[in-house]
Amino acid sequence: MARFLVPLLVFAVLVAFLWAGLSRDPREVPSPLVGKPAPAFTLPQLQAPDKTFSPADMRGQVWLLNVWASWCVSCREEHPVLVEFARQGKVPLIGLNYKDQRQDALAWLARFGNPYRLSVSDPEGRVGIDYGVYGVPETYVIDRQGVIRMKHIGPVTPEVLSGKIQPLLAELSR
Amino acid sequence: MRRLLVWASLLLALTPAWAGQAQPLAEDPALEARLMKLAKELRCLVCQNESLADSRADLAVDLRREIREMMRQGKSDAEIVRYLTDRYGAFVLYRPPVTPATWLLWFGPFLLAAGAVAGFVYFLLRRRRSLPDAPLSPDEQARVQALLGNDPPPTQNHRP
Repeated sequence: MARFLVPLLVFAVLVAFLWAGLSRDPREVPSPLVGKPAPAFTLPQLQAPDKTFSPADMRGQVWLLNVWASWCVSCREEHPVLVEFARQGKVPLIGLNYKDQRQDALAWLARFGNPYRLSVSDPEGRVGIDYGVYGVPETYVIDRQGVIRMKHIGPVTPEVLSGKIQPLLAELSR
Repeated sequence: MRRLLVWASLLLALTPAWAGQAQPLAEDPALEARLMKLAKELRCLVCQNESLADSRADLAVDLRREIREMMRQGKSDAEIVRYLTDRYGAFVLYRPPVTPATWLLWFGPFLLAAGAVAGFVYFLLRRRRSLPDAPLSPDEQARVQALLGNDPPPTQNHRP
């Protein structure tokens, strides 16, 4: 009996590991920034380059930082979700326009709608590096104290929004 | 006229010799060598099976630029690695530090090897135990001798 049971057991363990491996996204790198203060920056605003924005301006509010670019295909995918989210107007959404041309970014917003309270320009991608951005789009949930509470890599889908982001926002806004 | 044409074609043939001179990639080859040595130990986050030294992804180019800048400022390799792990986690290191989360990664192969050796020893011991140690009966002994071509031992002493 044991001579069949042992290989079966080994096989079951292997299957469990492979199954778990398949259901994980290998592109998702756990961010060391979750639970840490959002890195400070001061960048010109996309629509009004003479004005700047800094995360410190958002102290006392729960907000979302969304990294986007006009050259990013997945951003187009998540855009309607963000537009719908912004329409509800619960939490301010700030855009980080990452390694983009100003004209392209403005045209993109004009074409697909602008869900952002404001966007900032990061043409060199330096602030992106500080936030550990490696695949646009990325979305950060930042709490009242300015601490990053969640990072989502890849497009925000309705499932991610209602399943992960909204519950966290509700909890943080309480 | 013909001679002129020959000369002209010869001159034309020469042009690539001076047109093809490649510009050196970096102003500071020593710094670039140091950068490449460090970047080989770092993983590109976009194409995760490539090192930061090999990758042509946009982010890899940017990160090399940042590293180059930090090296110019006189930062040590350890400081630069810290800068990257603060932002991207231990994931960027091809040789992650030994922490409880990476124990399985570091020691798993040895664990597997130890398990395999233990299994093999167990198998050998069990096999030895399962082999009958009983001596042969006289009949069997006689058959063995017959098969080996020997005469039954007690009756004759004659051997070639």
